[in-house]
Amino acid sequence: MRFEEFVEFIGSQEGAPPKSLDANAPPPSAIIGAGVPRIDGPLKTTGSARYAADYNFPGLVYAVPVRATIASGKIQRIDSSAAEAMPGVLLVMHHGNIMPLYRNASGGRNSESRPAFEDETVYYWGQYVAAVVAETFEQAQAAAATVKVEYEPAKFNVDPSLSDSLPPEGEPGGPRVMSNRGNTESAFASALVKVDETYITPVETHNPMEMHATVAVWDGKKYTLYESSQGVMNHQNVVSQVLGVPKENVEVISRFIGSGFGGKLFPWPHSAIAAAASRKLNRPVKLTLSRKMMFSNSGHRPRTQQRMRLGATTDGKLLSLQQNYRNHTSYGDDIRENCGEATPFLYSTANLKVTSALVRRNVGTPTPMRGPGAVPGLFALESAMDELAIKLKKDPVELRLSLDTLIDEEKNRPFSSRHLKECLQLGAEKFGWSRRTPEVGSMRKGDLILGWGVAAASWGANRGVCETEVSLRADGTARVGCGTQDIGTGSYTVIAQVITDKTGIPVDKVDVVLGSSALPPGPTSGGSTATATFLPAVIDGVNAAIKVVLTVAGNTKDSPFEGKDPNSLTMTAGRVHEKGAPAASGVSYNEILHIANLASARGDGKSGGLGADPKSHNFSTHSFGAQFVEIEWDPGIARLRVSRVVSVIDGGRIINMRMATNQVAGAIVMGVGMGLFEETIYDPRNGHPINDNFADYIVPTIADAPQIDVHFLDIPDPLLNEYGARGIGEIGLAGIAPAITAAVYHATGVRVRELPVRIEDLMKTNAVT
Amino acid sequence: MQTFEYRQSTSVDQAVQAGARSKRAQQYADVRFIAGGTTLVDLMKLDVERPNQVVDINGLPLAQIKTSADGGLVIGALARNSAVAHHPVVQRDYAVLSLALLSGASPQLRNMATTAGNLLQRTRCVYFRDTAHACNKREPGSGCSAIGGHNRMLAILGTSKDCIASNPSDQNVALTALEATIQVQGVKGNQSIPIQDFYLKPGSTPNSENVLEPGDLIVSVTLPPPAPDTRSHYLKLRDRAAYEFALASAAIVIKVNGGRIERARVALGGVGTVPWRSREAEQVLEGHTADVALFRRAAEAALKDAQPASENGFKVELAKRCIVQALTVSTQSA
Ligand SMILES: Cc1cc2nc3c(=O)[nH]c(=O)nc-3n(C[C@H](O)[C@H](O)[C@H](O)COP(=O)(O)OP(=O)(O)OC[C@H]3O[C@@H](n4cnc5c(N)ncnc54)[C@H](O)[C@@H]3O)c2cc1C
Repeated sequence: MRFEEFVEFIGSQEGAPPKSLDANAPPPSAIIGAGVPRIDGPLKTTGSARYAADYNFPGLVYAVPVRATIASGKIQRIDSSAAEAMPGVLLVMHHGNIMPLYRNASGGRNSESRPAFEDETVYYWGQYVAAVVAETFEQAQAAAATVKVEYEPAKFNVDPSLSDSLPPEGEPGGPRVMSNRGNTESAFASALVKVDETYITPVETHNPMEMHATVAVWDGKKYTLYESSQGVMNHQNVVSQVLGVPKENVEVISRFIGSGFGGKLFPWPHSAIAAAASRKLNRPVKLTLSRKMMFSNSGHRPRTQQRMRLGATTDGKLLSLQQNYRNHTSYGDDIRENCGEATPFLYSTANLKVTSALVRRNVGTPTPMRGPGAVPGLFALESAMDELAIKLKKDPVELRLSLDTLIDEEKNRPFSSRHLKECLQLGAEKFGWSRRTPEVGSMRKGDLILGWGVAAASWGANRGVCETEVSLRADGTARVGCGTQDIGTGSYTVIAQVITDKTGIPVDKVDVVLGSSALPPGPTSGGSTATATFLPAVIDGVNAAIKVVLTVAGNTKDSPFEGKDPNSLTMTAGRVHEKGAPAASGVSYNEILHIANLASARGDGKSGGLGADPKSHNFSTHSFGAQFVEIEWDPGIARLRVSRVVSVIDGGRIINMRMATNQVAGAIVMGVGMGLFEETIYDPRNGHPINDNFADYIVPTIADAPQIDVHFLDIPDPLLNEYGARGIGEIGLAGIAPAITAAVYHATGVRVRELPVRIEDLMKTNAVT
Repeated sequence: MQTFEYRQSTSVDQAVQAGARSKRAQQYADVRFIAGGTTLVDLMKLDVERPNQVVDINGLPLAQIKTSADGGLVIGALARNSAVAHHPVVQRDYAVLSLALLSGASPQLRNMATTAGNLLQRTRCVYFRDTAHACNKREPGSGCSAIGGHNRMLAILGTSKDCIASNPSDQNVALTALEATIQVQGVKGNQSIPIQDFYLKPGSTPNSENVLEPGDLIVSVTLPPPAPDTRSHYLKLRDRAAYEFALASAAIVIKVNGGRIERARVALGGVGTVPWRSREAEQVLEGHTADVALFRRAAEAALKDAQPASENGFKVELAKRCIVQALTVSTQSA
């Protein structure tokens, strides 16, 4: 995602920048970086964490959508008479009778700009055309199956080839120039070594474990929406506009999320359907998507087709780099998959051009999926780099090291913290790369052929605006409130660790309250920006609360510090003492609160976005990584497995080593899925994503998980926040797929340029056996 | 799912009587027995099966696994797949069956799935399982959407112009190589049906998958006594390492004496419209010296009539490699 697009969903950049890492500041205590187990772990393992669909209220009724069975056309008639006559049925809602829903014009980002049931037009297979609400889920489902919809079908297009003819570059509808420096055409023409290949990534469906769900409660004035949302604040903003009510009349609650991978960043139409039904019936309404619906109605990673042209000198200098990519989008929305996210700065080259084009298909609207843009983009770039290394007869790690740059040549600025070189070097060491023999099929283990591949990784780092409220309580506990949410990555725990670091209050005594739009505005959990965004605001909030304690200490009768200037006091590990005096001489903060007869000291925290910090304009800020992959190919039975992955991540300071490792390990397994299994296939005859279930859309099982070895450089990025933390939710996936295909080539001699790798690609006669 | 009546049977006779009220025994039977429910309930939720009566047979005394008088094995219709797979006699004498069962589904499913239910599991063809699409197996005469559609998983042997759906079972491939017999009790009495006569190829009536008639209740599966010095093996090939149906699989039961193959049984999974017995491969093998060249010839023979669809051409070669490897493993000197 480009910086500008980040801004779109992290909000404005206004506000004071947080204190940057001061070289003289004491390092954070050992709790920062420690592998603290999740504080919400017991709730999850005992089944007491409540996810959206777990909310039940008296009078709750169930909505089940009816979905289009054509990919394009017009609804001519909806016959719901049979459904309406069925037991328990309360309402059949469709474009003819739904209350007005509006497009969001006043900011925030929606997933599909078209509200549910806007008119009779169908743009993709599976689009909601009606919804049945009944007393029980079973009644609603049975009735939904009887709703007859007549269509006038129109021509549609789900062609996986994106080679449509388009207007020329720069013209409306033509390729858009995303980056351009030097003269790529002439530099490429003059290059003695060239790679000119096209790489394809398929549609992938997010498939978080927890299905999307909305429980909508209308109380006559206000909606409360229990959601599975990666952004409660954005959801409130957008859905209030869709429903046509003031923002304060919508509260969005998302305490626990069974992950989202981007698919839950922005609201989907089911949310407003449930809300509208709740208002119409004056009853709480639950709408849960089925796994099948998740393949049509809640986004996907769009298909990409990327032509890469690399020109080099015979000794491996990169003369030019061109990336012309296309991705599909829907008929309703222009979703650009930013495949050139890392291209302009990953390697040093004087001549570079990236263009981007959209082609329309009759599919649901795409949405960001873990590492949007960069992940498919790096598949193309890193595959092309591997092909270049082979042409140059250079080791692929060496080639990347030789093209490393500490200047972002696109922006002409230094990186705030770039250690790609160290990632590659440490990864090579941990992996045992020096034992690699470069000839195809040259490494064996019994009957197996081993393949070793490498790829670099990169993902943006950024910080948005955030507010918090922090209370230090007289009973020795603390409370933090913030309108962000924990999508399963560990935000609850990371926030508690900050409080422990600053106050000495143990993590299990910190009450972290997230996942409600009624809390002080916090960031969307997306773009790997949430941690970097809320950290400074939590620090600001706890510092403000400590300041209240110090003021109280100085102002309260009978306080040991009565009459002292609060500025002469400080708090260390929970003990208030005079500056310069040892902490042991002090008094615990809760004792001060007791003396003052105060239940708590509250501080409000606030911090601004990275863009508002003038210093940020002098730097380019990204995370980096290196992925090393071993595959095993058994030609006798055409069996391909990823056996080993070493991942080294330069993601700033790591706040929680256990959860960070978790994130990267999970991303690696997802990368195995991207490399070998995942593809949503649209039936060309009707546009149905035909493998819309878990038997036919293959994701890795535990048995497919390779041996995983994750390392973090753990080097603070001073630009982002006091701790120097960036985000690590997405970068772990970047580079896995191209490292897999590089390893597959090394083992078999077959270069797979269209994901996923299928065994039939490797059974061709030219493959090594 | 449409509403249905649920009944529990307390005796085999009662179950047979209840089943006999069904107008048909095959697709859209209006009375269905339920055993583990792992096939039936899924299909009912998808509206692909619409019984108006579901007869629960889990209370019947049909779960035992015991040796028969002739030294073979009788496996009760309700014996769970996990119980069969871990049974010591099965592991010792019929390893191919244990391996096949353990390669299928997941531990949770195997704990529910029964021997008879597995025999009758339905194809995983996406068009069969989605009522939005034409399917001759579901709605005779409506057409086959799989031909020319998404058919990478589907059959290359025994197909017809009306249906290319594959039989997805692992168990049934092993039972075919073991020459199992299916014991059925019905309104007309008891029958013993050799497994090769049990399944029907699709032809022009893909909605009829086997010889069962209304009321027919499978009570057990019998395995012949193990021939001495016979070895067996099951090899399943698939994209991922677990929890996926076979792209191709091979069940081998083989006796080698002094390097010469005396007797061979070869069955294939994932590639046939029914569990696929390859007498062609057996003929190539029997009486000849076990070596890779022979195995390859047997594999060629097994696949010579293969008719791939648009996406599954690779299965022809994959099945061959599967046969060669399974034969290699099952003839390796210990
Ligand atoms: C996610 C998933 C993955 C799977 N993966 C695999 C796999 O990899 N390999 C594999 O082989 N299988 C696999 N299966 C299929 C599984 O093996 C079958 O669903 C199971 O064996 C069916 O047994 P059941 O007892 O649950 O049958 P049920 O669902 O109870 O019944 C199935 C059919 O058999 C009939 N029936 C049951 N018992 C009798 C009887 N005694 N007499 C007459 N009719 C009877 C029922 O009426 C019904 O029509 C998978 C299933 C699922 C859901």
